[in-house]
Amino acid sequence: MADGMDPTLDQFRAETRAWLQENCPASMRTPQVEDETVWGGRKEKFKNPDSKLWLERMAAKGWTAPTWPKAYGGGGLTKEENLILQQELKRIKARPALNSFGLWMLGPVLLEYANEEQKQKFLPDIVNGKIRWCQGYSEPGAGSDLAGLQTKCEDKGDHWLVNGQKVWTSYADQADWIFCLVRTDTSKKHEGISFLLFDMESEGVEARPIKLISGSSPFCETFFNDVKVPKDHLVGRLNGGWEIAKRLLQYERSNISATGFGADRAGTPPLHERAKEYVGTDASGKLLDPDLRMRLADLAMDDKAFKLTVARMAEQSKAGEEVGHTASIVKYAAAKLNQKKTEMTVETLGYQGLGWEGEGFTDLELASNKAMLRAKANSIEGGTSEVNLNVIAKRVLGLKEHKG
Amino acid sequence: MTFVLTEEQNMLKEAAQDFMSEQLSLTHFRKQRNAGANGKDPESWGAMAEMGWYGVLVPEEFGGSEFGYVGMGQVLEAQGRTLASSPLLQTAMVGVSALVLGGTDAQKSTVLPKIAEGKITTALAVDEHAHHAPANVAMTAEAAGGGYTLTGKKVFVPNGHFADLFIIAARTSGSAGDTDGITLFMVPRDTDGLTIGELSTLDYHGAANLELNGVVVPAADVLGEVGGGFALLDAVLDRGRIGAAAELLGLSVAAFEMTHEYLQTRKQFGQLIGSFQSLQHRAAIMFSEIEQTRSCVAGALAALDEGRDDVAQMASLAKAKASHLAHLVTNETIQMHGGIGMTDEHDAGFFIKRARVVEAMFGGEGFHKERYASLLGF
Ligand SMILES: Cc1cc2nc3c(=O)[nH]c(=O)nc-3n(C[C@H](O)[C@H](O)[C@H](O)COP(=O)(O)OP(=O)(O)OC[C@H]3O[C@@H](n4cnc5c(N)ncnc54)[C@H](O)[C@@H]3O)c2cc1C
Repeated sequence: MADGMDPTLDQFRAETRAWLQENCPASMRTPQVEDETVWGGRKEKFKNPDSKLWLERMAAKGWTAPTWPKAYGGGGLTKEENLILQQELKRIKARPALNSFGLWMLGPVLLEYANEEQKQKFLPDIVNGKIRWCQGYSEPGAGSDLAGLQTKCEDKGDHWLVNGQKVWTSYADQADWIFCLVRTDTSKKHEGISFLLFDMESEGVEARPIKLISGSSPFCETFFNDVKVPKDHLVGRLNGGWEIAKRLLQYERSNISATGFGADRAGTPPLHERAKEYVGTDASGKLLDPDLRMRLADLAMDDKAFKLTVARMAEQSKAGEEVGHTASIVKYAAAKLNQKKTEMTVETLGYQGLGWEGEGFTDLELASNKAMLRAKANSIEGGTSEVNLNVIAKRVLGLKEHKG
Repeated sequence: MTFVLTEEQNMLKEAAQDFMSEQLSLTHFRKQRNAGANGKDPESWGAMAEMGWYGVLVPEEFGGSEFGYVGMGQVLEAQGRTLASSPLLQTAMVGVSALVLGGTDAQKSTVLPKIAEGKITTALAVDEHAHHAPANVAMTAEAAGGGYTLTGKKVFVPNGHFADLFIIAARTSGSAGDTDGITLFMVPRDTDGLTIGELSTLDYHGAANLELNGVVVPAADVLGEVGGGFALLDAVLDRGRIGAAAELLGLSVAAFEMTHEYLQTRKQFGQLIGSFQSLQHRAAIMFSEIEQTRSCVAGALAALDEGRDDVAQMASLAKAKASHLAHLVTNETIQMHGGIGMTDEHDAGFFIKRARVVEAMFGGEGFHKERYASLLGF
């Protein structure tokens, strides 16, 4: 881990450390509190005022998007410098200054596919968290078969006219802008799709929240009724949106992979430690339930195997090795792991894991089953595990579909 | 015959299915949930009393029909299909068994007729910690003034938030973990020193934590043998386990049917999703598990009616299998529905929530595998 080989990197580390020491507010070094998570955008309330300060300072350096070019508000860091920045942030247990679909998904494809004007217009406001984006991909009839989407986009000379419906649009009611897949040619499937950006405040846009089984309402049905969109908000080629859409999904999945669905809540001890309290131990410290003990060991091994895989890929890709094949399993594995972990948490907590609200349970206990329920979506959102496995079988393993 | 229902049993099964789908449907359950009923639905319970279901296990001399466990299992399975919250399992199966197996004639004649008529409900209070462990009773019952004084706590008592009469396991001697020294007591809800903490639970059925602080119980309200209550408790629990297994079976079958239907209606890539082999196999696997679990539940119910000596084994078998099945099917139900299965508007979430609670009730899969191994002597 020592970067002693390269004096400029050593210096970068020292400066970064000093800057963080000075600029990361103390409360931003405490474990993330769910309702203090910063997503940015016009509606962001910054429940904790320190989080505003933290975002402003990080954004001013471009460190919310450390590797994006400085010209678009990014940090302009090299991979190596970014690695150091991330290590230093981790060292002081800093909360992320900004969480955003713009940073994770849209920004990278804009860098790749957008024209200069679009980059200038959209990227800086992603970096500084002024605009929050949502993802308009899925429709009632187009989920796994995303390319079957029907939302119509017509060329009206001086503007596009959008009509249709999206569904499961995460945070559409909180977002300012949407990156949206629309049909610009009805005579073709994949080649009739375009990638369009528009303001959620445009006339004719309506987002209706849908409640999840975990009780929260993070996603919406989103309706477009004669929405007018400026002509220059189409990214890439007309009817060339599918390639961008797929690229964005890669970023979405690799971001999920990096965070493993955020399964390890900061400040929560590993499940096998918590199990001691709920199940009890013998004199030597072994869990009293031998079956649960074995299954928790299995879980701890899966967890370790996953983390090692992510670390292996990071190291190999840094060294310029191709890791695409390994990466293909990561979203599937992350979903499975998080589901197992949250499910076993409920089981380990026993009756204490079965409270919905109110008296008789701690907050952490009440959160356990919500997390278990929410995690069921991990194998659905961002493409289902079945579709994921189909792709691995066909593209990675070269197994051909059986006909007839 | 163990597996083929008699004509009367079939009639009861059909009556229960009709009643549940008409009066206690999932739509009804959703209304109750939205109204914050926390599992309390006295109007429906009154209608169930009229059907005579609280008396299915009550001897005729005490106002019941003594119809037997196989019959009761049919009603519970039907109830499981619609996730209805009722006192059937805790009162009509568990409470009645406790009295029939352990009660004196005097106790039976005071309590059983009231249960059969639907006038009172009962709740069995055993566990004191996060996991089912019936011998792990620490609550003390000290002999005093010709009766007993109970002090301690009970957690997550099903139906405890409304039951009129508690059947409580407490310790007259020994220490937590010993099977010897446990005694069962009947304690009415309004007894001095009994504090009931109502719980809002994952499945929207509710439950209660109990605190007993010097609760005085007359000797006449001891159920069964003083200090030797564990065998009775375990036998009563086995009835609860088998009943819970029947409910889990019903729940699983209903969730499976809903999924099976969806596989034949939802289209992606221009075809029914049920045409994808990876989903076909998993549907077939669920079906295979359902069929085997049904055999175990039916076998366990029959073992009770036939008074066989392998009831404990059959109870653990049925409860472990049914818990496993419900876990599998409720997960697959959400997964195969995709995004819609994650929404509160869809019923898939209700199934998984109820399943997780009943899976843990009276011991989960792990508990019963361990017990099965012990019962087989290894
Ligand atoms: C919490 C959550 C957040 C989401 N956020 C967003 C968002 O912000 N923006 C957005 O656009 N979308 C979002 N989605 C939608 C998500 O991408 C879709 O739900 C997903 O692609 C599946 O589509 P579907 O729900 O229509 O399920 P379907 O495609 O109908 O799938 C139903 C079942 O059939 C299976 N299936 C389908 N095709 C095949 C096949 N070929 N082989 C085998 N099995 C198959 C699926 O795997 C699944 O089990 C979100 C979903 C969730 C649950």
